[in-house]
Amino acid sequence: MEVTIQQSDIYALAPHHRFQWEEAQNSYVILFPEGMVKLHGGAGEILKRLDGKNSVADIIAELKAAFPDAENIEQDIIGMFELAVGKAWLRKL
Amino acid sequence: MTQASLGESVVQKTIAQNNGVAASATQTQPLWLLAEVTYRCPLHCAFCYNPTDYDKHTQNELTTEQWIQALRDARKLGAIQLGISGGEPLLRDDIEEIVIEAKKLGYYSNLITSGVGLTEKRIQAFKEGGLDHIQLSMHDITEEINNFITNTKTFELKKKVAAMIKGHGYPMVLNVVIHRYNIGHMKQILEMADALGAEYIELANTQYYGWSLVNRSQLMPTKEQVDEAERVTNEFRAQSGSKMKIFFVVPDYFSDRPKKCMNGWGEVFMIVTANGDVLPCHSARVLPNMQFPNVKDNDLGWSWKESPAFNKYRGDSWMKEPCRSCEEKEKDLGGCRCQSFLLTGDAEAADPVCSKSPYHHLIDQAIEDAKNPAIAAQPIVFRNDKNSKKMIAGELQARVDEFHALP
Repeated sequence: MEVTIQQSDIYALAPHHRFQWEEAQNSYVILFPEGMVKLHGGAGEILKRLDGKNSVADIIAELKAAFPDAENIEQDIIGMFELAVGKAWLRKL
Repeated sequence: MTQASLGESVVQKTIAQNNGVAASATQTQPLWLLAEVTYRCPLHCAFCYNPTDYDKHTQNELTTEQWIQALRDARKLGAIQLGISGGEPLLRDDIEEIVIEAKKLGYYSNLITSGVGLTEKRIQAFKEGGLDHIQLSMHDITEEINNFITNTKTFELKKKVAAMIKGHGYPMVLNVVIHRYNIGHMKQILEMADALGAEYIELANTQYYGWSLVNRSQLMPTKEQVDEAERVTNEFRAQSGSKMKIFFVVPDYFSDRPKKCMNGWGEVFMIVTANGDVLPCHSARVLPNMQFPNVKDNDLGWSWKESPAFNKYRGDSWMKEPCRSCEEKEKDLGGCRCQSFLLTGDAEAADPVCSKSPYHHLIDQAIEDAKNPAIAAQPIVFRNDKNSKKMIAGELQARVDEFHALP
C-alpha cells in the first residue's frame, strides 16, 4: 500500500489494536486479533505519544527534543509512520 | 474449532511479523495460552480435533479459582495472547470472571466459540469485562451443510450471533473449517463473510487429529478441489476490493513438506486443558510414554521450563534420520510429533507428510482412500458423548485401527 505521511496528520491506533509495555519482552508491543508485534525502542517512543491530538510534526519536535543526538530522526519517524500505517496498525484521525 | 486456527498459522501470525519495526525473534516463552476450559459442546462436528476420549474429562474440570491461578502464573511466564476455548467455553457460567481477570492481568483475550450460548447479556458482560475479541466458527453458506457437519441445527443462530458480535463493536473474526462438503463453496463463503462485516477470516483446511482423523476419508477433499479453493481465494483477494484479511491454511497432506507444528514444541504455545493438563500442543496426549504436568499438581513455571514432557521435543536433538541430517530441518523441525506417531507408530519419525519420509506412502494412501467410494461411504462418527464413550470402551476400535498405525 502506498502511504504518504503529512506533517499535519494525526494518527491513532487502529480499532481492535492495543499498545502496551510488555515486561516479559522488555519492549512495547501492539496486540491485535491473533497477533502481536514487538516494537523496537524508537517505534515505542512514537506510539506512546499518539494521544489523539499530537500531529506527526508535534511528535517529531518532541522526539528531537528528547533525543538531540539522534541523526536523521525526522526521516526515521516518517518511515515508521509509513510502515505502521501500511500495516494498518494506525489509522488517520 | 480447529487445530489450524490455534496452532501453527496463529503462531506464525504472532511472531513472523519481524519487519523493520520488530526486534529480535522470540525466546522460549509461552506467548500463547490456550485455555480449553471444557470439553462439553453442544455441537458435534465431525472435524473436531478434541481427543476422542474427551468424555473422561467432562467431570473433572478446573474450578474458576484454578483457572484464575493458571492465568496469573502463565502471565508471569510471558503469556500475552489468551484463547478461551473448548469444547464450547460458553457452557461454563464463569467465563465472565475469567475475562475480567484476563483484562486485569493485561492479556489480549479471545473467546473462541460456536456462538451457541452467546446472549445479549453475556456479550455485554464480556465487553464490560474487557474481552478483546471473539472468534466465531462458521461452517457453510448453506443450512444443509452447516447442520449436517455439526450434526445440529445451528445455522440461523450463527447468523444472529455474527450480528450480535458486530453490534457490540467487536472485530469479526470468522473461522471456517474446510472439508469436502464446503470446499466447493469458497467464493460464496468469502462473500458471506464480507457481507457480515468480517475483519478476518481463516479458511482452515481440516487437519487430521482426534475426530477428524477418524473421519478422514469422509472429510478429505481432492488435491484438485484444494487447488481450486486456493485459486478462488486468491482471485477474491485480488478482485473483490474487500478489506477483510484472509488466511488460507494449506492442508499439509497435499504439501511435500510438513508444517512447523506449533512453531516448535514448547516454543511459544501452551495449552491448559479442561482437567488441568499442561500441553505443548492440542493433541499431545496421544503420544505414548509421556507424562504431562497438571496445574493441580505442578508449578506452571516448572511445567514450561523443566518438565520432561516440555523438553522432550524442544530443539532438534531428538531427531532421527532423515530429519537429523536434513538441511531443511530448521524450517519445519520435522513436522508434527502427533501426526508421526498416529500414522507411523513412531513419534520421532519424520512427519510422513514429508516426501523424504520413508512412510510418505501412508499419506498417498490416505488421499487415495478418500477417493475410494466404498471407504468414503462409511458413516461419519460425530463428536458426541455417546461416541466418545464408545471410543473409551474400545467399541470403535476397528474404525480407529484403519487410521492409526500403532506399533
